[in-house]
Amino acid sequence: MANTSDTILTVENMSVEFPTLSGVTTAVRDVSFTVGREKIGIIGESGSGKSTTGRAIMRLQPPQAIVKANRMQFEDIDLLTASEEEMRSIRGRRIAMILQDPKYSLNPVMTVGEQISETVILHERATSQEARSRTLAMLERVNIRDPERVFDLYPHEVSGGMGQRIMISMMLIAQPSLIIADEPTSALDVTVRQQVLSILDDLVVERNIGLIFISHDLNLVRSFCDRVIIMYAGRVVETIAAADLDQAQHPYTRGLLNALPSLDHPKDRLEVLRRDPAWLEN
Amino acid sequence: MSIIQTSEPSAPRKSALPKAAGKVATSFVVILTTLLGLMMITFTVGRMVPADPVIAVIGDQADQATYDRVYKEMGLDRPIYVQFAGYLSDVVRLDFGQSIITKQPVSTDLARVFPATIELATLATIIGAGLGIPLGVIAAVRKGTWVDHVARVVGLLGYSTPIFWLGTIVILVFYAHLGAIPPGGRIYLYDEGIVQARTNFILIDAALGGHWDVFRSALHHIIAPAVILGYASMAYLSRMTRSFMLEQMRQEYILTARAKGLGQRPIVWRHAFRNIRVQLLTVIALAYCGLLDGTVLIETVFAWPGLGSYLTSALFFADMNAVLGSVLLIGIISIAINLLSDIVYRFIDPRTR
Repeated sequence: MANTSDTILTVENMSVEFPTLSGVTTAVRDVSFTVGREKIGIIGESGSGKSTTGRAIMRLQPPQAIVKANRMQFEDIDLLTASEEEMRSIRGRRIAMILQDPKYSLNPVMTVGEQISETVILHERATSQEARSRTLAMLERVNIRDPERVFDLYPHEVSGGMGQRIMISMMLIAQPSLIIADEPTSALDVTVRQQVLSILDDLVVERNIGLIFISHDLNLVRSFCDRVIIMYAGRVVETIAAADLDQAQHPYTRGLLNALPSLDHPKDRLEVLRRDPAWLEN
Repeated sequence: MSIIQTSEPSAPRKSALPKAAGKVATSFVVILTTLLGLMMITFTVGRMVPADPVIAVIGDQADQATYDRVYKEMGLDRPIYVQFAGYLSDVVRLDFGQSIITKQPVSTDLARVFPATIELATLATIIGAGLGIPLGVIAAVRKGTWVDHVARVVGLLGYSTPIFWLGTIVILVFYAHLGAIPPGGRIYLYDEGIVQARTNFILIDAALGGHWDVFRSALHHIIAPAVILGYASMAYLSRMTRSFMLEQMRQEYILTARAKGLGQRPIVWRHAFRNIRVQLLTVIALAYCGLLDGTVLIETVFAWPGLGSYLTSALFFADMNAVLGSVLLIGIISIAINLLSDIVYRFIDPRTR
């Protein structure tokens, strides 16, 4: 399988703070992890800081947010000191991001083809002719039949599943080595979810690149990812191989697992997560 | 109407043509109803105001016999609905009657005064949109910085300054003290009658005839009122543009564009701005309509011989044919502008196709 020793991204003690009128809110606190050529899941409930973590890596946090870290190294680039100009050449070309809902994340008044081509034209200075043929090939790669027709469609004319495949083509066309997927299947029907996931999986394995898969779906992450980072209230509480998730030690992870219904062992009443203030201490 | 509503939204493209025809028919009916309602209200109000149109014609020195004769001649003895029906049948034949003041057909008067107003309103809108839209975009992008604050103050001043006051001050400063602009009117008296009236738009007529001195003269006259109206329009448009842009910059697709690696400029202009064009067009059309009938004050201050001045004097003299004709014209133009912007939407917003 993927070679996990080859580190793409190293994050050491990253914090994201939001200064507000009533003091500083820390959305992410002392988060450390590495990403190799693997699929790593970040899981946590709403507000646990998983999306903020993903955005901070690309320096796409809201302007008022303050990101601190001991080290944020992406391949040969120090993300802490890189200029905004350098960041722009990294975004989309070396680190890409897939957002949740194609209904909102695609520009409603630009054609699908125009939006995908834009990435190629921007990063590879391709002519619009080259960009077009690259786009058509990429659309074909994400299993879109009749790419010529889809090229000229507007986002409202495609289905959610197709929209997310378009999003994937747009973000993978410039061959990034790290993809941050922020709940890429949460807005999709269960039936098309698997389809989109397998396309993403194929591309990640085929190109031997890293994927950060942000999700709140424990079962999905367990079956899809190699490793899982569990976040709670802005902290990483546990990092564990997906296969070993059943042996998770942290009470929060255990609580999450116990709150899942299971077909094999039906329960009348699912366990309710009991939170321990001590989790915030370590 | 029922045909349109029962047709399937996902119907194949073949049915697009009859559907479009149905839409056109519907809007046509709506337009006619609106105009009819507009005329009815204006006509009734015109007959109920205490001003006496007979006095306006014969003066207050005439004797009772003359008064009665003219009263009958003008058809005022008939019931109001008969009068209205008579007026309607005239209007259908494009006969708006005669103006009491100018003793000319109202249609001739309108053909003379309306272009003056259009000229003024158009130039004002060009100034307002040309400055207001970029200002609004910059204010939105640099929200909270000094640029935004300056734009806010400029906008607030534009909102709250009474136009007639600003007009008076401009005349006082730029005409009386500096002598930089003429005090009013459309061209200098000595330029009058040189240009052949083809469109009644003096700028266009002068350019067509190659009379560049008259063109300059007209430009010299129009600049002050157009800038004042344009300033008010700019204030409005920049505030609207700012809030439209702020709304778009919060959208998720902007994050997508940033994640792609795009810089600020393409994000603002290629992504966000493209999404506000429809809304912008709507407010520009509204502002333009507002200027067409809202130039009364500025036309009075600058002695601008446009629809506003014409309508004002017509109202003062109870010249009901002129009032009705003017109101009808404004109504038609407002409807036409809205219809036009509806059509343009289809070209710039793929979702409405």
